[in-house]
Amino acid sequence: MWDYTEKVKEHFYNPRNTGPLEGANATGDVGSISCGDALRLMLKVDPVTEIIQDAHFQTFGCGSAIASSSALTEMVKGKTLDEAKQISNQDIADFLDGLPPEKMHCSVMGREALHAAIANYRGEEWSDDHEEGALVCKCFAVDSQMIEDTIRANNLSTVEEVTNYTKAGGGCSTCHEPIEEILTKVMAERGETFVPAGAKKAKPAVAEAAPAKLGTLARIRKIEEVIAAVRPTLLADRGDIELVDIEGKNILVNLTGACSGCQMEAATLAGIQTKMIEALGEFVRVVPAAKAQAHACASHAHGG
Amino acid sequence: MSTPTPIYLDNNATTACDPKVVEAMLPYFTEQFGNASSMHSFGNKVGVALKAARTKVQKLLGAEFDSEIVFTSCGTESDSTAILSALKAQPDRKEIITTVVEHPAVLSLCEQLEKEGYTIHRLKVDNKGRLNLDDYAKVLSDKVAVVSVMWANNETGTYFPVVEMAEMANAAGVLFHTDAVQAVGKIDINLAATKIDMLSVSGHKLHAPKGIGVLYVRRAVRFRPLLRGGHQERGRRAGTENAPSIIGLGVAAELAMEAMEHERTHVKALRDKLEAGILAVVPHAFVTGNPDNRLPNTANIAFEYIEGEAILMLLNKQGIAASSGSACTSGSLEPSHVMRAMGIPYTAAHGTVRFSLSRYTTEEEIERVIAAVPPIVAQLRKLSPYWGENGPVADPEKAFDPAYA
Repeated sequence: MWDYTEKVKEHFYNPRNTGPLEGANATGDVGSISCGDALRLMLKVDPVTEIIQDAHFQTFGCGSAIASSSALTEMVKGKTLDEAKQISNQDIADFLDGLPPEKMHCSVMGREALHAAIANYRGEEWSDDHEEGALVCKCFAVDSQMIEDTIRANNLSTVEEVTNYTKAGGGCSTCHEPIEEILTKVMAERGETFVPAGAKKAKPAVAEAAPAKLGTLARIRKIEEVIAAVRPTLLADRGDIELVDIEGKNILVNLTGACSGCQMEAATLAGIQTKMIEALGEFVRVVPAAKAQAHACASHAHGG
Repeated sequence: MSTPTPIYLDNNATTACDPKVVEAMLPYFTEQFGNASSMHSFGNKVGVALKAARTKVQKLLGAEFDSEIVFTSCGTESDSTAILSALKAQPDRKEIITTVVEHPAVLSLCEQLEKEGYTIHRLKVDNKGRLNLDDYAKVLSDKVAVVSVMWANNETGTYFPVVEMAEMANAAGVLFHTDAVQAVGKIDINLAATKIDMLSVSGHKLHAPKGIGVLYVRRAVRFRPLLRGGHQERGRRAGTENAPSIIGLGVAAELAMEAMEHERTHVKALRDKLEAGILAVVPHAFVTGNPDNRLPNTANIAFEYIEGEAILMLLNKQGIAASSGSACTSGSLEPSHVMRAMGIPYTAAHGTVRFSLSRYTTEEEIERVIAAVPPIVAQLRKLSPYWGENGPVADPEKAFDPAYA
């Protein structure tokens, strides 16, 4: 069974604002029965202030789809349409203290229903901007469609590039086989053959270069380079990372913004650590500075 | 509110290990730890116990010889071993016949083999999950290495006519394998009287522990092992025997034979009562598969216009354990391949719930489930955009036609 948070369960067992809404003047229908998720969001908007006075939902879907819908109706009430439009799917997930990666699409559906309802109110045409595929990367919740589109748009040809562009495969790395399969398929479309990294990496030069130990300054520079390289991906998710200190094998960092306390924090750090190890040619640990300090305090207390 | 006593109706997923099985196994973790291959009394005692267990499994399957029983680690290993052995033993045959509703243990392997250049014939089923044997006869040829068809479907319980299909394969000179993990222990099987060449068993589906399986290989069937190494299992499955689990499976086989009559009468009556009780009260619900020809313990009911995972969560809240063919329970986007293969519409396929009983299921439990289900269905339908005041909205797919498909 899914590892749902207490808040998800609470909103599923006791959903708020259910059923048709009397006097609704904005409706957003999204989802599809074939995907097993469908949501109708109904809003009552004050025509003068554009403040959402009431919100109701009807959902065909699993526990997290119903919980996400319920959360959404609570979140939008009292907001103006423009304010409501700022709500991201991550906000919906955060409101529920997080969703399993396989279930993040439930929060996406919530955001889409909201946008569809706002478009409906304003007499605009709303069209879905993404198609969903099967979930490939469970660490970062990336689906096959996203990977396929990104490979196509950017002419990617390695798993590493896919990870850099989409984060897929950057965590536990167990999804590299399906990513290779997608690469094989998309590259075949453009008349190329996918060559797995293992076949390419047979260069002995890399193995020889690694043991040469870096000087302290060169080492710090390398560490900074890796941090700089991962920042854009984190910024894209409204997070950030800063280097705090280097204590021997421990590289202390601060994850801030959306990354801080995010359920993916451990996976993110593990991904950065892998990159660090590759760049430095030695084993290092990437640890959150706050945690390292807490450990230090605890050991001091024991010492005293 | 106190937590209700749990009711376990998910026995097609796995079963509780019978206490008698556990009891029989325990000494083989402690004083009887020997390796059956060793030349001392520690090993010898284990060897004798393994032989006894093999005989019990032989009886359950109605096999002619005990040497036809090969212990493996699970049903999946047995399936892989059988199919890959047939391919290796007959390198000139590049085709496999199977069905669209097999377990992933067979389907995923076949998908991979297809990528490697083999031709896979996947027999289709009708709306009750039945095969068309004319279709089957058409693809049987001397190019086919093996036919792999399940005895009973894990989701609906529907039987395939494997005995008849094995006869047809035999007449065409083709090996026949059946994944019988759901059937073994629930129905009488007499392999000696059939033309089935290979058959897979999974221990944990019949109250033995997880991590033990069997592949039956008929005498003189050409065989190539999956694991090579020591001489265990007469060289057909190398690796030190999982002695405690094999001994546990032996006891489980014996208990299953004793309970077979109970399974056929009492368990079946409880299952029928459950189905009738729910369908009498819940509108827009129906049994999937073939109600006239299926396992005695399995009920698969589709509840239209609601989603299975949500049903399971509300059942679970009342201590009732079942499973669903909805996409959401597996993390995939498509509902169960079995439901889709039978042409069950999406509006129902996502709302299928499987109740699978065991010899431990009681009448009182069934009554509690019959009482619990209708309010849960009503509660979820009230939330559904496909459901109106007293029934589905007129023309549901049109009345609620969301922006993306």
